[in-house]
Amino acid sequence: MSLQSHLLDIRDLTVDFATPQGSLRAVRGVSLQVVQGECLAVVGESGSGKSQTFLAGLGLLAGNGKAHGSVRYQGSEILSQGEAALNAVRGPGIAFVSQDPMNALTPHLKIGQQMTEAVVDRGTLSPARARERALELLRFVGINEPEERLSQYPHEFSGGMRQRVAIAMALMPRPQLLIADEPTTALDVTVQARIVALLAALRDDGLGVVLITHDLGVVAGLADRVAVMYAGRLVEVGPAADFFSAPLHPYAAALRDSVPRLGVKTSRLQTIDGQPPRPGEMLAGCAFAPRCRHAQAVCRTLIPSLQVLESGREVACHFPLARATAAIVADFASESVR
Amino acid sequence: MAGWTREFAMNEQAQASIGLDEDADRAVSLWGEALGRLLGNRAAIISLILLAVLLLASVFAPLISPHTIDAVDWSLGSLATPPSFRGSHWFGTDANGRDLFVRVWAGTRVSLLVAILATLVSVVIGVGWGATAGYFGGRTDHLMMRFVDVLYALPYMFFVIILTVVFGRSLWLIFLALGAVGWLTMARIVRGQALSLRRKEFVEAAEVLGLPPWRIIQRHIVPNVMGTVIVYATLTVPQVILFESFLSFLGLGVQEPLTSLGRLVAEGATEMETAPWLLIVPSVVLATLLLCLNFIGDGLRDALDPRQV
Amino acid sequence: MSAPLLEVSHLSVRYALGRTSPWNQQRSVLALSDISLSVIEGRSLGVVGESGSGKSTLARAVLGLAQPEAGEIRWCGRPLQTGDRRAMQAVRRDIQVIFQDPFGSLDPRMTAGASVMEAIAALDRPVAPDEARERVRCAFSEVGLDWGIANRYPHQLSGGQCQRVAIARATVVRPRLLICDEAVSALDVSIQAQVVNLLRDLAEQHAMTLLFISHNLAVVRHICVDVAVLRAGRLLEFASSETVFTAPTDPYTRDLLDAVPDPEAALRRRARHEAARP
Repeated sequence: MSLQSHLLDIRDLTVDFATPQGSLRAVRGVSLQVVQGECLAVVGESGSGKSQTFLAGLGLLAGNGKAHGSVRYQGSEILSQGEAALNAVRGPGIAFVSQDPMNALTPHLKIGQQMTEAVVDRGTLSPARARERALELLRFVGINEPEERLSQYPHEFSGGMRQRVAIAMALMPRPQLLIADEPTTALDVTVQARIVALLAALRDDGLGVVLITHDLGVVAGLADRVAVMYAGRLVEVGPAADFFSAPLHPYAAALRDSVPRLGVKTSRLQTIDGQPPRPGEMLAGCAFAPRCRHAQAVCRTLIPSLQVLESGREVACHFPLARATAAIVADFASESVR
Repeated sequence: MAGWTREFAMNEQAQASIGLDEDADRAVSLWGEALGRLLGNRAAIISLILLAVLLLASVFAPLISPHTIDAVDWSLGSLATPPSFRGSHWFGTDANGRDLFVRVWAGTRVSLLVAILATLVSVVIGVGWGATAGYFGGRTDHLMMRFVDVLYALPYMFFVIILTVVFGRSLWLIFLALGAVGWLTMARIVRGQALSLRRKEFVEAAEVLGLPPWRIIQRHIVPNVMGTVIVYATLTVPQVILFESFLSFLGLGVQEPLTSLGRLVAEGATEMETAPWLLIVPSVVLATLLLCLNFIGDGLRDALDPRQV
Repeated sequence: MSAPLLEVSHLSVRYALGRTSPWNQQRSVLALSDISLSVIEGRSLGVVGESGSGKSTLARAVLGLAQPEAGEIRWCGRPLQTGDRRAMQAVRRDIQVIFQDPFGSLDPRMTAGASVMEAIAALDRPVAPDEARERVRCAFSEVGLDWGIANRYPHQLSGGQCQRVAIARATVVRPRLLICDEAVSALDVSIQAQVVNLLRDLAEQHAMTLLFISHNLAVVRHICVDVAVLRAGRLLEFASSETVFTAPTDPYTRDLLDAVPDPEAALRRRARHEAARP
């Protein structure tokens, strides 16, 4: 067990949304920890609840959402605290970068203004120092001619640059933890590569990074640990290398296999039959059972709980892929790669 | 053209048959869902009920009164008598001895009729104009909307006054004039919506299917702007009623013996000091009507917003 | 050697950007500049590039949604008058499209069944309502959709389902060329794989050629026989998939290939990086 205290400690988090059709449960009993200098990737598809898990802690859920459980930041509880307590944590504690940079940036304010307003309003930095820091950060994220850029508007930047500006803005108050929700979706591959390198550099500097994504390529380049979510539950947690070489949960394995890879030309892509359940859909037994090749009768009636194995990895499955993985590791080694 | 019509008639039939197919899920009506949302809005429901009451009253209430709108009651001591439940003049009488109860409901009927018809005219013309301008864009849009701009700039009151002087004060002229102005704003609103819809991929997909422009406007543009149109229509009705009241106030509105709420308010204003009920009763009815329509309009806007799913 | 289905010669497309003030010149950008390529029947073509490369503009030009400034487009040897709606009517049945946003490409006020039905009504000889309904039913099962959702509206369907409806609508009239403009980019990874396989299967079953536009090179590798690489409106490479992916001539193509996130390569790189750290 590491002696580092957890930056973020989520325990048994449940998030419900009140809708005209009744109560929808988006997150079911999720427990995760993040430490400094580590990148945790939370992987899942639409409706898996991966974003809501972190929005809940920051008090950013939609009006009809209610969270239960515990979310601690550096030991103190932040779940469902008042705006004052949350504001103390947001910014200098936890920074959040959302998926669409155009949403994070106010269209009618200049970049410089947006970047400095949070720290100046709080009194953390004087306007002059704030401006210096903004320039520093813009350079750090790879934006040339930062002095000029500070007086430009968001629409004058390309998508990739906007995302980098959003990241720089999030870093202004020197947060300890950065939560990035799909930071590379909708960006070109070359820009993606740069953002990944940037986040890796931040992680190496000691920042805790939570990467919420469904893009496994990005996960491979950045993540230290991977947590896979399906239908609101955690199904597998463990080191990234283990996730890619020997996934334990059938969904994790199928996800890894369905990513088309450049070096390999096959006639058909591996797919997972069927579709993920709709958000909040109630299912008896394991949510993945209808689509799982290895499903047995017990899978359809009993929900598997998240178990910790000796290796420290966690999996929620009645029949985790232990033996099968040996075969997959062998295949990886023998496939021809570009 | 006839070919298209025939094909699309078949298309409608075939779509309807999918709707009835037992194997397919029951069709959820989009309007039904919106209605559901509207019913959840308390202010809108109360307003709807109140509006219905006023409507029914305007049609049926005069039947329970023995008086007519223009008969002078000579049996009263003075001409303008205050409201009382003892006699048969529940709302009192006006300066000419005519029963106010019957006159108020007759006025409500006229005001509502004028407003609804005028709004209908403005919706039909406005939607057609705006959807066409927005869909075609470019020069067509430019010309069509400049025409709207020019009309907007005309001194409207002047225009109406001249028309009334030339053609006399007929009811048809009134609502034609009102509708003729109302369509301008409607056209602008619809054109804005149509412009943004034009860029959507489903409209491009319809073009790639080879659908002619008028078909695309009819099947894809107009249905998708109807939500906004309905909301603005309900907010136009009170505007038209107010405008008609203004015309009546100026003496240009409906002619005797027909009356409207506006006329009644105008008449009541002149007798304000001696017979305040002549002003109060029609004003209260008018204000209630306008408030209800505004709340319903607001409720519709919330209910028809597609983002609220 | 089959004749080219689609031939593009020296195509240039310009977009107007509007003026910054009434006295300035009308600004514009050349989205495509002197592009020449061809699609051979049976050989799916992949068009790759980053944002701003003009790949979507190419699709729009072929479909007649954008007008060329210069150059020519030929369909089965005959010039395509993309500006003339009546002339395009003749080829509409043969060239169809699937767009990127699954929810945006369906009319929010039309049910899934109605959207597919519209294609039959628009592009096929008049059919009786029952026959039309049967064809829609077949189209649904071809793309793997449950007939039960025929009366649902787009907002009641998932992204994958919407995209399948769009595919059903595009393929029900059996086009010869299906243009897929980033058709899987907005879908979840596991659904992407399903839809990619579906497109391959449909192309094979119905002798349909795909013009697959994407920034995802790995997917293009799986589907396409020929590949064209675009950058800033210019064509950099146009060759078979094997050539472009294993022996690219242009350095930009090589950069592009290097940037593709490949899990194994990334993991190996990281392992080396970790080992090298003090």
